[in-house]
This record gives sequence, C-alpha cells and structure tokens, in this order.
Amino acid sequence: MRGFLLNRLSQSLILLLIVSVIGFFVLNLLPGGPLAQFGLDPGMTQDDLERLKEQLGLNRPLFIQYLDWAWRLLQGDWGHSFRDGAPVLAVIGRHVLATLLLMGTSTAIAIAIGTWIGIRGATHRYSLFDYMATVGAMVALSIPTFWFGLVGIYIFSLQLGWLPAGNMYTIGDGSVLNYLHHLIMPSIVLSLVHVAIWSRYMRSATLDAISQDFVKTARAKGLSERRVIMKHVVGNALLPMITLAGVQLPSILTGALVTETVFTWPGMGRLFLDSLGYSDYPVVMGLLMFSAILVILGNLIADIAVAIVDPRIRLG
Amino acid sequence: MTALAANAGPGRWWRSRTVRRFTSHHLALLGVAMITLLTLACVFGPHLLPYDSLYIDLRARFSPPLTGDHYLGTDPLGRDVAARLFMAGRTSLLVAFFAMLLSTLIGTLVGVIAGYRGGWIGAALMRTVDGFLSFPSIFLLLALAAALKPSPAMVTVIVAVTSWMEVARIVEAEVRSLREREFVLAGRMLGLSGAHIMFREILPNAMGPIIVAATLTVAHAILLEAYISFLGYGIQPPLPSWGNMLEGAQQYLDSAPWLAIIPGAAITIAVTSFNFIGDGLRDALDVRDDRV
Repeated sequence: MRGFLLNRLSQSLILLLIVSVIGFFVLNLLPGGPLAQFGLDPGMTQDDLERLKEQLGLNRPLFIQYLDWAWRLLQGDWGHSFRDGAPVLAVIGRHVLATLLLMGTSTAIAIAIGTWIGIRGATHRYSLFDYMATVGAMVALSIPTFWFGLVGIYIFSLQLGWLPAGNMYTIGDGSVLNYLHHLIMPSIVLSLVHVAIWSRYMRSATLDAISQDFVKTARAKGLSERRVIMKHVVGNALLPMITLAGVQLPSILTGALVTETVFTWPGMGRLFLDSLGYSDYPVVMGLLMFSAILVILGNLIADIAVAIVDPRIRLG
Repeated sequence: MTALAANAGPGRWWRSRTVRRFTSHHLALLGVAMITLLTLACVFGPHLLPYDSLYIDLRARFSPPLTGDHYLGTDPLGRDVAARLFMAGRTSLLVAFFAMLLSTLIGTLVGVIAGYRGGWIGAALMRTVDGFLSFPSIFLLLALAAALKPSPAMVTVIVAVTSWMEVARIVEAEVRSLREREFVLAGRMLGLSGAHIMFREILPNAMGPIIVAATLTVAHAILLEAYISFLGYGIQPPLPSWGNMLEGAQQYLDSAPWLAIIPGAAITIAVTSFNFIGDGLRDALDVRDDRV
C-alpha cells in the first residue's frame, strides 16, 4: 500500500507542476499580464507601470518569475482581489461551499439514477428500456446545460410557479427547507449529463461483472437472481465507478459554472464570470489554479479509495 | 483510408462491410439526414427568407413565431429569428468544423509521437495531456477568450486548444499497440525513417478511432462554442452564433420564450446528430467502446 501511495502521490505532484506551468502561461497571456490590475487604474502613468514592473521583478527572465509565482502560491499568497482588496484565497473560500453543495447534490442524484438505469439496462439487455436508455443518454449528452436550465425555469418557475428561478435562498428566510427548495432545479439540471454518463458506464461495468466466474458460482449455489445481481454483480460493478467519479470532476465543475450563471447561484462559477467581467485577473487566475488543484486532489482521493476497497490494485 | 477500404472489393466500396454496418445503424442515418438538412438550411435558408438577419423591423419587435411573415418570430430589436438562426448556424457549424480539424491535427500529432517514441518524450507529452484535462474546460476557455480578441478564427483556435486531449489519448493508445506489430518491425528493417513509419505506416491503421473521435469532437466543439458565446466571451454580435443568440434570452424568458427555445433546440439537434453519427461510425469501423 505504501508503494502505491508514494507512486500515486508523486504522479499528482508532477501533474500539479504541469498544471502550474499551464496556469503561468495563461497568466502571462492575459491583457497586461500580471500587471493588468494596475493598468486599469487611471492614476497610473506609463512611467509608474514601468517602475512597478521593475519593483515587482517582472523584467526578470520568465523562468525566475515562474519560480517566484509558484513559490508564493505554495505559501498561500495568491494575490489580492482587484475589486475589494481581499486575499484571493479568502474570496474563493466564500464561494466554495455553495459550489460543493450544488456539485455534491447533483452527483448524488446522478449516481442514484444513473446506477439504477445502468443495472436495469444490463440485466434487461436489448430490451425496449435498454434501447430507450441508450438513445436517451446520447440525447442528454447533447443538450447544452444552460439551455436545459432555461427551459426548466420557463416551465417550473414561470409557467407552473413550483420552483424558484434562481438564488440559493430567499432573503430573510434561512430555513433548511428554503435552501432545499432552491437547490432542486439547479442540481437536477447539473446532473442530467452525468446521469447519462453514469448510466452508460454502469451498464458496461455490470455487463463485465455478469460474465465473471464468481457470478456463475453464485448462481450455481442456488442464490436467487436478485441476490446474485444485488450482492455479487453490483458490488463489483461499482468499483470502477469510484474512479469515474474522480475523472468526471472537471466536467462537473464546467457544468456547475454554467448552471450557477443561469440560476444566479453564488458559487465559484459565478465568481469566475463576475471576476472576468471586472477584469479581476488575480481572482480569475486563482480560480483557474484552485479548480485544477481540486480536480487533481479529487482524482487522487478516488484512486486511494479504490485501492482501499480493492486489494488487487494496491498489490499491483 | 485503409480502415475504410480494408474489406471492400475494388470499385465496390459501397458494398463493404463498413458501409453496410453504418447504413444499418438507424440513428446514424437519422444523424446524417438531420445534419444535411441543417447544413442546407444554413447555406440556402438566408437567401429564401424575406428578411435579412441584420434588418431591424422596429414595428415587429417581439413577434411570436408563426405570426405574420416572421416565421420564427423576432428578437428584441425586431430582427428575424429564422434568418438569424440560419446565419448563426453557418458561424457555429464552421467554427466547430475547423476547431475539429485543428484539434484532431494537434491530438493526432501528439498522440502519434507519444505512442511511437514512448520513453520520456511520450511520458512528458501524455502528462501534458493530463495537465490540460485537469482544468475544467470552460474555465480555461473563458480565461483564454478574455485574454485574446474573440474573433471567429480565435474562438476556433481556443476551442481546439482546449479539446485536443481526448484525440491524443485515443491515438496514443492505438499507436502504442500498433508499434510492436510485424509491419512496423519490417519497416524498421527496411531502414525507413521514424517519421515515415509513424505517419505513413502506423497512422493509416489508426484512422478508425481518429475518425470516430473527430466526429464526436465536432459535437463537443459546437457545445463549447455555445457555452462561451452564451456567456458573452465567444462570437461577438452583430455576427450571430447559436450561443450568442441565447445570450440575452434569459431576461425575456417570460415574455418571449422562443428566443431561448429555438437556438437551444438547434444546438441540441446538431450535437445529437453528430453524436449519433459518431456512434454509427464506431460500430461500422469496429472501434473499441471506451468512450460514452
């Protein structure tokens, strides 16, 4: 296990290094580069900018600048928001929970529904249900998330008036029920694509598991088909799904950004767009790096979880 | 095109197993039909409609669809939605098509080199692929789009730069498995150059998965362009695209829902069609099923 852990950790560190190089490249591509936040200040003349460049060491070789930037990231100094001067990490911290709540809920929905569709599709292979699920998944993967959100708002908020059209809670009403009421539509909208992906993978994982010898053994022991499926097949089919949950993280974050925009949900996605609108590049860069780190961490945790559950992996 | 022609007799490609399998895939045929219709509508539609996509009909603002001669209604400026939809289709489909070409090119190049060379070059290239995949694509897209002037060409490049990784992974795996085959060994014995073996000997045998991945990349590229244009950082008005037609639609959702519904339906139809075609090609070309 220790060998596996060390190996997996070093892979994540290398990935982190590559991600930081890509991030640094994007930072230098932004208009005005790292100085953009000062360039917008009318009190700054060209001479001041030059002097600042000198002071901040931006005339040094790019490689040295990168090391400096990466070192400050490591120390937790991610710069300050151009909008309110607050440290970038604190700004991101204010929005993380809303996004995690949305992502967590919709992942739970996707797992519950997707797993059910996948198992049923595999046990009733080539049935009408299986066929509909296959076609349905392909269509679901093709629907733009924001458009699905707009259609949802039109039907359930504007026409039927059942669900709120946006925001995380009604001002002045902090009850849990109120939060839940606001959570329903965005989390369902965000989960659509992942229900589709989850059901497809679950179907093929279940089919793989069904053809294994231990399933034949279980049937030979005289267990009921239901017990064979629930206990022997599903347990094994769910294993690769842990990895899938990690791999899907970037796409859930992408979906969350779009969903948050449509539903004015105060998470990281909205923060990212607002910051872009204000040319608040320190926060933009911070979110870019933060989301990548979140993804790398998520994959690491998923891999470790699989290794804990499945001894075949940690023993190589 | 070895993969396509492999099992066809001379001059009878249309009777090959590949073509037969594709034409028996009903959804794929439906996809081809819908894309053909959509393309024809985008090419000829604007010439057949009574209104230009930029003509402002102030007296007919917010007309609902199927009233008068604005068949799909008008937008807040009184511009004809049908005309704009077809002009937007030209932009969106062209951007997606060229983004697919560029990202397939990048992905194939990276994948072939990484798969054939292996060693530290291969490892470095594939870790870079992983690095790009660690960013949520829309964050990277938006940051790049905000940094660079979003002309249609630039949007194409940005979409390609954030969507080549999947192709690279598929090609790398394919090339790595082909590398040890006898015909590659024979090529080496004959003293062929590395580039010749990579691109003239191995690549033609990896065409199947590349064609499938490229088809699915078109679908993906249409979605990405729609996302960033919807958020205001993609194709800029007055040039319409399916994404930017939706940009202001949310505020009129109550009074003019067709502004949101129509362009979104066009995106969904186009993306679904390409996904259907990709699925059909995957069956027809015998590509392993490792993508949804």
